[in-house]
Amino acid sequence: MARKLPATDVVIVGLGWTGSILAHELTEAGLNVVAIERGPWRDTSSDFPVTYAQDELRYHIRHELFLRPAQETLTFRHNARQTALPMRTWGTFMPPNGVGGGGVHWNAETWRFLESDFVLKSHLTDRYGAKFLPDDMTIQDWGVTYADLEPHYDQFEYLCGTSGYAGNLAGQKRQGGNPYEGPRSREYPTPPQKQPYGPTLWAKAAVESGFQPFPQPSGNLSQAYTNPLGVTLGPCTYCGYCEWFGCGNYSKASPQTTILPTLLPKENFKAHTLCTVQRINTDGTGKRATGVTYIDSNGEEWEQPADLVLLCAFQLFNVHLLLLSGIGTPYDPNTGEGVIGRNYSYQVTSAVDAFFEDQNFNPFIASGAIGMCIDDFNGDNFDHGSLGFVGGGYIGAVQTNGRPILGTRAPSGTPSWGAEWKKAVAEHYLSTYTTVTHGSCYSYKDCFLDLDPTYTDAYGRKLLRMTFDFHDNEMKMSQYLTDRLADITQKMGPKVMEKHPRTAPYNVNVYQTTHTCGGAVMGDDPKTSAVNRYLQSWDVPNLFVFGATAFPQNAGYNPTNTVGALAFWGAKAIREQYLKNPGPLVQA
Amino acid sequence: MRAAVLGVLLGAAIAPAAWGAAQDFDEVQRGRYLATIGDCTACHTAPGGKLMAGGRSIETPFGNIVSPNITPDRETGIGAWTDDQFYASMHDGTSADGDNLYPAMPYPHFTKVTRDDVMAIRAWLNTLEPVVNRVEANQLPFPFNIRAAMIGWNELFFTPGVWQDDPKKSAEWNRGGYLVEGLAHCGACHSAKNMLGADESGGHLQGYALQGWFAPAITSGDGVGLDKWTEDDIVEYLKTGTNRFATAAGPMAEAVSDSTQHISIADLRAMAAYLKDQRGPSGDKRKPMDAKDPVMRAGEAIYVDKCAACHTMNGEGIARLFPTLSASPTVEAENPLSVLHVILNGTRAVQTRLAPTAPAMPAFSWELTDAQVAAVATYVRNAWGNAAPAVTAGDVSSARKTLEARRE
Repeated sequence: MARKLPATDVVIVGLGWTGSILAHELTEAGLNVVAIERGPWRDTSSDFPVTYAQDELRYHIRHELFLRPAQETLTFRHNARQTALPMRTWGTFMPPNGVGGGGVHWNAETWRFLESDFVLKSHLTDRYGAKFLPDDMTIQDWGVTYADLEPHYDQFEYLCGTSGYAGNLAGQKRQGGNPYEGPRSREYPTPPQKQPYGPTLWAKAAVESGFQPFPQPSGNLSQAYTNPLGVTLGPCTYCGYCEWFGCGNYSKASPQTTILPTLLPKENFKAHTLCTVQRINTDGTGKRATGVTYIDSNGEEWEQPADLVLLCAFQLFNVHLLLLSGIGTPYDPNTGEGVIGRNYSYQVTSAVDAFFEDQNFNPFIASGAIGMCIDDFNGDNFDHGSLGFVGGGYIGAVQTNGRPILGTRAPSGTPSWGAEWKKAVAEHYLSTYTTVTHGSCYSYKDCFLDLDPTYTDAYGRKLLRMTFDFHDNEMKMSQYLTDRLADITQKMGPKVMEKHPRTAPYNVNVYQTTHTCGGAVMGDDPKTSAVNRYLQSWDVPNLFVFGATAFPQNAGYNPTNTVGALAFWGAKAIREQYLKNPGPLVQA
Repeated sequence: MRAAVLGVLLGAAIAPAAWGAAQDFDEVQRGRYLATIGDCTACHTAPGGKLMAGGRSIETPFGNIVSPNITPDRETGIGAWTDDQFYASMHDGTSADGDNLYPAMPYPHFTKVTRDDVMAIRAWLNTLEPVVNRVEANQLPFPFNIRAAMIGWNELFFTPGVWQDDPKKSAEWNRGGYLVEGLAHCGACHSAKNMLGADESGGHLQGYALQGWFAPAITSGDGVGLDKWTEDDIVEYLKTGTNRFATAAGPMAEAVSDSTQHISIADLRAMAAYLKDQRGPSGDKRKPMDAKDPVMRAGEAIYVDKCAACHTMNGEGIARLFPTLSASPTVEAENPLSVLHVILNGTRAVQTRLAPTAPAMPAFSWELTDAQVAAVATYVRNAWGNAAPAVTAGDVSSARKTLEARRE
């Protein structure tokens, strides 16, 4: 029997990027906020200090900062004909854990989505006709536009101090920036990071090929920056330990380096760590959330009543909690009806390895988000009419790391261990360069999340089940992008080049990205979306769901900037509309 | 708010005559501000305890003293004290029963405070929630536990007397002096002490080691102390906890957090004007160690590997985040204790409203040997124009012992 705590105005499930942003915005509005975080407290100087932050074995190989599968995992199958099995170690994606969430260990690539990405279905239908899209593709418009989100992209970038160069300043195109991006209301808060040799060489090749390369926007800062909350970040040292790692010297934007210092001292904010929310409670009507029930590290069960419940957990686990709590209608792939678990999508990445004879790229001079990219093959920036697929991604030379364990590449055919392997690694470590594509992943009728009928978690709850595989459209796209990437990379003059387009079936054992998306998507129609354009549950108006959970499909970019912008967008709606008149912000 | 009202009502019902018009809003707020400058809470509020209810252990070189309850509770606090008794405690260092206080209560500084200001502080204290908390303040070992000994101490070292303005100086300088020497009691940490814990003559505000830290000189003279600081630098440091030369940590972090960040800019300017006029020892022409010295070279190599990523290659650091090591009074202090403390144990910068980042430096004690710590400490004390005595492995070893003993 849960012990009941005093009621609070707002309870937030998960204290990562979105939880921190919402907690900040709503405590500023004077509300009492309680955040409940499944993982531990995390602080720079005690959890990833400069003295040992750069430990690949500890953080990357042994997954120190990530969720323990024994605490929570999910089952996986490629299609509904298979029986799903539990993931007992992480592979293809890395669910975050602890205060700061994925914001602690991201690469900090801070992209905005294209204007057309937010109206994808209408845009593609208008341009190519409805029949151009595969029958089972379930893409849709977001219900928000780029123009709606622009001020909030700006807010998130200025919170983070993002380093970049605007290619479109209030409609004015600028040489050196991304010519395809939507208009920005102002320049990036800090200039781009310095580019190492590899991206510089690739950018030259891109220009020779007739493209307009630009520096990737980075949340690893080019210079010291004090954000609007008064919190100061330092300049990146190009150590190359970003994704999988916490930043030891305060130069990567994270909740710890941007928000938490001002949030934690607030009298109207409280956080419980190592507490796992079991379910969202609703009243007898099922139309009103009454709070959440959680279990602490001592096994004690607590009920936290609240007027407003904000789901800010990692994408997969937001969906899990909605399903466990019986909120909204679960998606049924046979009928296409129901919304919880619908439109699960991912990201389609690929690479080209180029082996040189007479180059030294110093791959260890790196940051998770330095690089030179082109956007000519992203979204619908190019004519898909004759290509037989939709979607795309940015491609470029992104120098994220040259770490000693996994940053060792050798040409195919090299033995994977032993003297020959050592010799090949020594020969190729400095002279190998990998370029990448970061492609979209659209949503399909047969890609979804639901509850597993067999397997349960440590608390006896049904595990989340993922049913997902890559579709032909995405594989064609990946092949096309990888070829275009190789065309440019070839101009750098490698001796040998190997293309690695993404291929089906989806391999859950190999890391690709942690960009899992959808499952409780936003939209204008309650039949095809779980939340409205303000991230408010159609079924339970005092419940909002944040994160990439809301993406109806994924674009050809890293998601965090859009996740951050949506958090500020939702916070504004709560502050300016919901609090004045609690109830549905959009009439179904 | 409810607690404050309760305090007033209870007190007023019992002893209305003693308080008179002291519940005036202006008087109470003035008292609250003065009590903040005096940082009464630093000693009189226990961690997690009720405001001014005492019970906090105050470390002295002679043993621990536990701070008394100064809430208006009549039995266990100071609610039954008369105004004269309260004034005597501040001005003469005596308790209501006539006993001598120990100078852990900085009455040698508070004696300089005017009776008007002391009464304002009392007016504010009277508005606090009366807390029943009986404290046995004197927990010193023999012979220091004999309070009568303080009669002799006072004879030798204590001159009661309110601050007297120097007519040759500006009103601002005099206001600053009144605060620095009086309520703010800067010298309690920053002035050298003799064997009996009294201010050493000639050591006024010139630095002192306490609680595992070295409070650096805050006088100016020949490149040491605050010599390079402008008055604006001092104001910024006290208001935000950080400036281009230093970031508050250790006991000073607490002083900034509880006290100085809340002091008005006008008063901080006055304190800065006074401090900038305090001369330190002259003729201290230190020469930096030779950069080619093997210890300096070893220190530089460690610095580049372990420190430069944050503090930068030229020791300038990053404003508001990573303190500069060039031009830092703490780094160049004669006594390297603070430098060693920070390298060995790490530390967290103070958090203030205007500088909320509160970055922390991790500990290196587990990673570097005594010789390595000595080398890197020697290097930062003698690089980039710094000049300070070399640190030996023995210094590091004894600093480790001091810090470990404090942890137990």
